[in-house]
This record gives sequence, structure tokens and C-alpha cells, in this order.
Amino acid sequence: MDTSVIGLTSYLTLAAILFAISVAGIFLNRKNIVVLLMCIELMLLAANINFVAFSYFLNDLSGQVFVFFILTVAAAEAAIGLAILVTLFRSRKTIDVEELDSLKG
Amino acid sequence: MMITDFLFFAFAGVVIASALGVVASRNPVHSALFLVLTFFSCSAIWLMLEAEFLAITLVLVYVGAVMVLFLFVVMMLDINVAKMREGFVSYLPVGIVFAVLMLAVMVYVVGPVGPDVMGTAALDNAVRQAADYSNTEALGEVLYTDYVLAFEIAAVILLVAIIAAITLTLRRRPTTKYQTPGKQIKVKRDDRLKVIKSDAEVLK
Repeated sequence: MDTSVIGLTSYLTLAAILFAISVAGIFLNRKNIVVLLMCIELMLLAANINFVAFSYFLNDLSGQVFVFFILTVAAAEAAIGLAILVTLFRSRKTIDVEELDSLKG
Repeated sequence: MMITDFLFFAFAGVVIASALGVVASRNPVHSALFLVLTFFSCSAIWLMLEAEFLAITLVLVYVGAVMVLFLFVVMMLDINVAKMREGFVSYLPVGIVFAVLMLAVMVYVVGPVGPDVMGTAALDNAVRQAADYSNTEALGEVLYTDYVLAFEIAAVILLVAIIAAITLTLRRRPTTKYQTPGKQIKVKRDDRLKVIKSDAEVLK
């Protein structure tokens, strides 16, 4: 009753499951750019879980510093991505990936 | 099994269920709300890993700013949900196969089953910190000394993001009339005022 069954592998497995779900989401929702961006956020979250778990189990604070920077970059990425999305929707009236093919030769 | 084990499994279950909700829900607004739930329960898991500052940051920055931005954009755009869902069923098998394959490989390398090639199962140098230990203080100490250059670069990245987002979305409508302060200031008296010489008339 007093030994913990969760260790580093439990957290890594959780992150792996989260990553696999977001990969499946990119396959399934490949028409909707907004949901694709959300799936990318999920992937980053899975990577961050790994960083935090290793930081705890190695007793090293550097992992948490990395998560801090990843959060910063992810926030910038989301802001620019959504801004591009809004300009795209203004000019093309759609965010369907299949219809954004004007560069196709 | 300790109480923290139950908490871990409960929050991990919520994380996985709400991640599935993000991927599978019909409406992008519901996806965004499920993503909020994922971030919340993930921040609880980070609290159990004694990363208190990052757990709070995840809630404040992600749920408070990024997800509100997502919801804002989703509600602003007029998305035809039914059309967006076309091909969901036809891509379902290949998506599931791909995800299961990736999961199998990752669990084989780092997970509880398999040969444990990375040696992660035995890795446990975790130290339970004392009650008066401040995670924020410890993080700030390394952030402002060892990682100060990276910290400043992160600030520049955020500035670039602000400028990029504003310049991308700012639009000037050709039909709207704007004031141009530069031209207003440059105006001289002669542009506006004309003095006409005229003979004086005697009033009777």
C-alpha cells in the first residue's frame, strides 16, 4: 500500500499515447487547418510532458527551463499561425486544405 | 498503490479522453474546449511532478491566452463543419494504423513492456523537495544566470510574433477615409488661405 507503481515509464507512455493521438488527428482532420493547429499543440504538450518527467526523475532543473522556452515558441507559433489563417480566410473564403492549391502547377 | 498513483491514473485518463475528444469531435469549438480540458489535467500531472511554476504557466498562458485566441478565430471564421468532416471515415483506418504503429514503437523503446533499451525503468533520481522549497525561485535562479541569453532571445521571438500577427491581420479598406497626420502638419497658410485685394467701397 505504500510503494508507488508509477515511474518515469508511466509518464513517457502517457506522452507517447498523447503523441499518437495527435498524429491520428492530423490524418483524420486533414481538411480543417484549425484542428490541425490544435493537434500540433497536443504534440508539443506530449514533448513537454517528457521534458518535465525527465527533469523530475533526473533531479535536473534544465528540463523545466526547456519547457519554458518551448511554451514561449509555441505561443508565438500559435499567434502567427492563426494570423495567417485569418488572412487566408479573408482572401480565399475557405480554410479547406484541399482547396488551397493555387501553387499547384 | 499510493494515493498519488490513483491521481496520476485519473488525470492521465482525462488527458487521453479529452485528447481523443479534440481529434474526434465534430465541431471545432468543441475541439478547442476539449483542448482546454487536456491542458488543465496535464497541468495537474505537472504539479505531481513538482513543476509548479510550469503547471501554473500552462494554465495561464495556454488556457488563458492561446486557447482563447483559438476560440476567437474558430468563432470568427465561418466554417462549413459538414464539408470539413468529409473524408473523416475514409482516413480513419490509415490514421489508426499509423498511430498504433507509432505508439507501439515508442512504448517498445520507453514503455513498461519491451527490453527497456533506454534504461528508463530503473532511472529514478527523484528527490521529494521540502515543503518550503520554491520551484519558481529555483527556476528563476537558473533562468536569469545560465540561460539569460536564451531568455532574451525568447523575448525577441515574442516581439517578432506580436509584430507579425499585427502586420498580417491589419487591413486598410480602400473605401474608408483616413486622416494622415503628416500631411495635416505640413499644411502651410498659403495652401488654405487666399488674400484678395479689392477696392474699398463707400457705404452710403
